[in-house]
This record gives sequence, structure tokens and C-alpha cells, in this order.
Amino acid sequence: MPRTAQRKAPPSPMAPPQSFLWARRTFLTLLTVFVVLPVFVMITSSLKPLEDVTGKFQWIPSGLTISPYFDIWDTVPLADYFMNSLIVAGAATVCSVVIAVFAAYAVSRYNFRGKRVFTVTVLSTQMFPGILFLLPLFLIYVNIGNATGIALFGSRAGLIITYLTFSLPFSIWMLIGYFDSVPRDLDEAAKVDGCGPLGALFRVIVPAAIPGIVAVAVYAFMTAWGEVLFASVMTNDTTRTLAVGLQGYSTQNDVYWNQVMAASLVVSLPVVAGFLLLQRYLVAGLTAGAVK
Amino acid sequence: MTTTAAPIPGERTAEKKNPGAAPRRRRSGRLRKIGLPYLLLLPALLLELLVHLVPMIIGIVVSFRQLTQFYIRDWATAPWAGFDNYAVSVDFDAPVGEALVQSFLTTCLFTLLSVSLCWFLGTAAAVFMQETFRGRGFLRTLFLVPYALPVYAAVITWAFMFQRDNGIINHVIHDQLGLTDSPPFWLIGDNAFVTLLVVSVWKGWPFAFLIMMAGLQNIPRDIYEAAALDGAGVWQQIRRITLPSLRPVNQVLVLVLFLWTFNDFNTPFVLFGKAAPASADLISIHIYQSSFQTWNFGTGSAMSVLLLLFLLVVTGLYLLFTSRGKQATDA
Repeated sequence: MPRTAQRKAPPSPMAPPQSFLWARRTFLTLLTVFVVLPVFVMITSSLKPLEDVTGKFQWIPSGLTISPYFDIWDTVPLADYFMNSLIVAGAATVCSVVIAVFAAYAVSRYNFRGKRVFTVTVLSTQMFPGILFLLPLFLIYVNIGNATGIALFGSRAGLIITYLTFSLPFSIWMLIGYFDSVPRDLDEAAKVDGCGPLGALFRVIVPAAIPGIVAVAVYAFMTAWGEVLFASVMTNDTTRTLAVGLQGYSTQNDVYWNQVMAASLVVSLPVVAGFLLLQRYLVAGLTAGAVK
Repeated sequence: MTTTAAPIPGERTAEKKNPGAAPRRRRSGRLRKIGLPYLLLLPALLLELLVHLVPMIIGIVVSFRQLTQFYIRDWATAPWAGFDNYAVSVDFDAPVGEALVQSFLTTCLFTLLSVSLCWFLGTAAAVFMQETFRGRGFLRTLFLVPYALPVYAAVITWAFMFQRDNGIINHVIHDQLGLTDSPPFWLIGDNAFVTLLVVSVWKGWPFAFLIMMAGLQNIPRDIYEAAALDGAGVWQQIRRITLPSLRPVNQVLVLVLFLWTFNDFNTPFVLFGKAAPASADLISIHIYQSSFQTWNFGTGSAMSVLLLLFLLVVTGLYLLFTSRGKQATDA
């Protein structure tokens, strides 16, 4: 697997000239300011008292308070939204990973008719804008609900099914790469030892491709956690996710910006922490396809 | 034959399906061997069909119907409209068509600027960070934060920063630097375009950076060493070696950035709410509003189909031209 980290590049044979060093310093400094500014605003504002965020912006707050972090749970039912997001994203991730493992195994280890058609079709669904199938999917879910009584529209199940298909194409693609890198000899040997095809998959290939599976899981979770469009149409008051719920603070007459910032920080923490901890795997997986 | 193996956990599903005698077992085993890959693909295929392909086909059908809120419960009974929905969408003299073409042009300009800036920032940062220096690892992680943050959390923060009276942007450019006579509005009016662009670039460039960093690592080090021995300076190496070597990576990157940016819904939706100002009325938002605000699904679907055709044509042409260019340079 192309671990992105060939971190220690050998020293350049020629020391770069001053013009290069200064250009690099300037560019990277400005870029850092650009990247960090919202993060800075988010963290500092979440610790400010309300009068500091309703009046003119202040670099130095008049006082520090952690009360926004307690108030966010009362102003809107954030805990419910949090729970909904957790259930939806968690279930979508588990399903997406399992389904992707099966599909990637088939593509990686078997030759069959329609293999190319399958990979191209599945990948190409990734390029279509959500707005294209939002309307028809809405109609499908409503009609399935009317016909069978299975409530997909407005329910968590509908959202889970939708989200898992969003991460599926990319997950399959990433896993094919990982599975291809597991030597075939290993699963052939397992089969000789009496494992069936599924035994070989779960006893040999999956354990060997754990980094890839972790990467896929993080990707699927991030996708589901951050989706806005379908959440805004397909949820109701009880199934609302964070993506929609967070806007609850800002549509009220008084915007508690310190609470908005505190809530943003709280809902970002799980994904940002997960991403940064596992970034090496994820980056390798994300980029492998594009570079190949 | 693998089916004769002792039952082990992973084997259970296979065993269950073949309780028959030995000869039958062999036949169904062969069948299973051919069928197995399809069986493994089935869940993925079914779900993609349900959520992507079938809706797309229904979308095309609906675009030929007069589907308003009265027919949602039973959309198949909506009267046929022929090409009426399309006629309304592309009648550029009437309000609907005029607004659509306006939104389309806005989206084109926005995409062009955003993709260029994302590409430039990502490439420049990757090239500058090709050599190790102190703090490089930290910076690399830091630069991925915009990519990792959930869109809505990041965009809401930007919305706060761009507030007219209590945002940090106006505080800096008006109060501290005195660049404007009065604090400008950023989230309504013509400035909204700039706001959207800034947020979109902030959100999008780390992906270009990621891909470019990976692309750079595939360039063999000895090319640089040879070039340095021949007396090529750093800038020359970047121009003559680094950038040309990144061309294949660029092909994918630019296409992906184009599709994401052109179809972006989340950023304007969270930034401006359901009614985006005209200057930042991206096509996805526009179709969303045409469909869900007015409940006129027929016209909304016709617009979606037109958008799909446009994306297919652009993607096709792009792949055709970039691949041809690649063949020419390979030859």
C-alpha cells in the first residue's frame, strides 16, 4: 500500500536559494492564517460571554466563561440531534463497510462478466449531484411508505440507507486497492487449509487490510455526519440530525453566537479527532486511486 | 471442493445453502463459484439502484409530467406535460428561464474561480512542502482541518465571521484597517458571491493539497538530483520537473474539484439559508428552491435533467481532450 508517509525525504543535493525560502515562508504563513482563522474564532467565541459576541468583535474577550458549553443543550435539543446523528452515521458506517468489503472482495479476487461495468457504474454515481435524485428519492420513499407502511421518509432508516450509498462507491474503490495489495497466495493457502471463500475473506484478507477498512469506516462516518441536503428534506422533528439542528441557533431572533460556536466545536470534535488520529490510513486510501 | 470442509464460522452461510447429497453438492458448488461474485455484489448493487439509478430514471420520467404537490402521493397519475417543463426552463425571456440561466452563469463563474484557487493553493502548498523542514508534519495536519470539519460547523463559523455588525471580517477591514466607509454586508447583495467563494476555497483546497502531496511522492528523487547536477535551480526544477510530472494527477483532481464545486449545495445552503442572494444563487440551490419552495417537481426535474446532461457532456469532453493530450505527449 502506498503509505503516503515517505516522510523523511533525503536532503536535497542543492540548498534552496533564499528567494525560495522566503516565498515558502510567506506563502505558508498566509495560508496558515487563512486556515486557522475560523478555528480561532470558533474556539475563542465559544468561551466569550454573550455581550461580547452580540457587540463588535473583540480580539480580547471581556471575560472567559464556559457556560455556553452547558447552555447549548437547553437552547435546542442538541442531545437528541447528537443521538440521531450518532445512530444514523454509525449504522450507515457499519452497513457501508460490510457491503463494501463483500463487493471489493468480489472485484479483487474474481473474474466475472460485467466486472468493469459494475465498477464504472458504481463509481459514476459518485459524480452526480445530490439534487438530481433528491426529488425522485423523496417520491420513492413516500410511495414505499404509502404502499407498505415502512416509513422511510422522515425516519432514521431512510437516512441510513441514503447515506450508506453515498460512501459506498468510494469505499469499494478504496478497498479494492487494499485487497489487491494483500498477496493472493495468502488466501489461496487458506483455501487449501479448508477455508471457504468467505472464510478466506474474513480470516485472511480482512485482518490484513485493517488499515484500509479503518480508513473506509472513517470516510463513511464523515460523509454521513456532514451531510446537509438530504437531512434537511428527509428528517422531521424527532429524527433531525446535527446538520439541520445546528441551524436552529441561528434562525431564532436572538442568535446566541457563543453557543453556536460551542455547539459547532462539540459536534466537530468526534470527526476531527477521528480524522486526525487516523489520517495516515485515510490519506493513503483517498489518494491511492487518484495517483494510480 | 471447499464445501466439504469442516463447518467453520465463515463457512456457515455456504453450508446452509447446500444440504444436498454429494453429486448435487458439486453441481451447486460450481454454480456457486460462478454466482458467488454476483452474490457478493448484490447488496451494493441493489442499494445503488434504489438510491441512485432508479431515482434518476424516475426523475427523467417526472420531468415530462406536470407534477405538483397534489400528485405527490401518487406521482404516476400526474398528467403528461410533454416538453412543457423543458420549454419553461429554457425560455430565457420568461422569469423562470431567465433566473435559471442567471443561476447557471453564476455557477460557472463561481466554479471557475473556486477550482482555480483551490488548485493553485493546493499545488503551491504541496510543492513548498515537498522538502522536509521543521514543523512540516504539524502544518500538514493543520491544513487538513478544513477538510475534516463537518461542512455545517465550518460554514456556520464563517457566517458568524461575515456578520455585518459583530463579525471579525468587518472588524478588521472597517474598524481596524479603515478600508471601507461603512461596514459592508457580506451575506446579502453582490458581496455574497465573494463570501461564498472564500468559504468554498477554504473548504476545498485541502483536498487538492492532499492529492498533490501524494502525486509528488511518485516523482523519483534522482530526477531532481540529475537536474541539480546539470545546474537547474529550484524554481527551474519546479517548472520543468514537478509540474509536468503532476499532469496525470491533475486530470483526476480538476475533474473531481469541478464536479464538487459545480454541484455544491451545502456551502450556500448553510451560509445563506434557503433563499440565497441572486449573486450567489448556485444551480443546486436554485433547483432545490424551484422544487421545494414552489412544490413544482416537474419543472425542478426538467432542470435537474438539463444539469445532468450538461455535466455528462462536460465530463465526456474533458476526458476526451485530456486523454488525447496525454496520448500525444506519450507518443
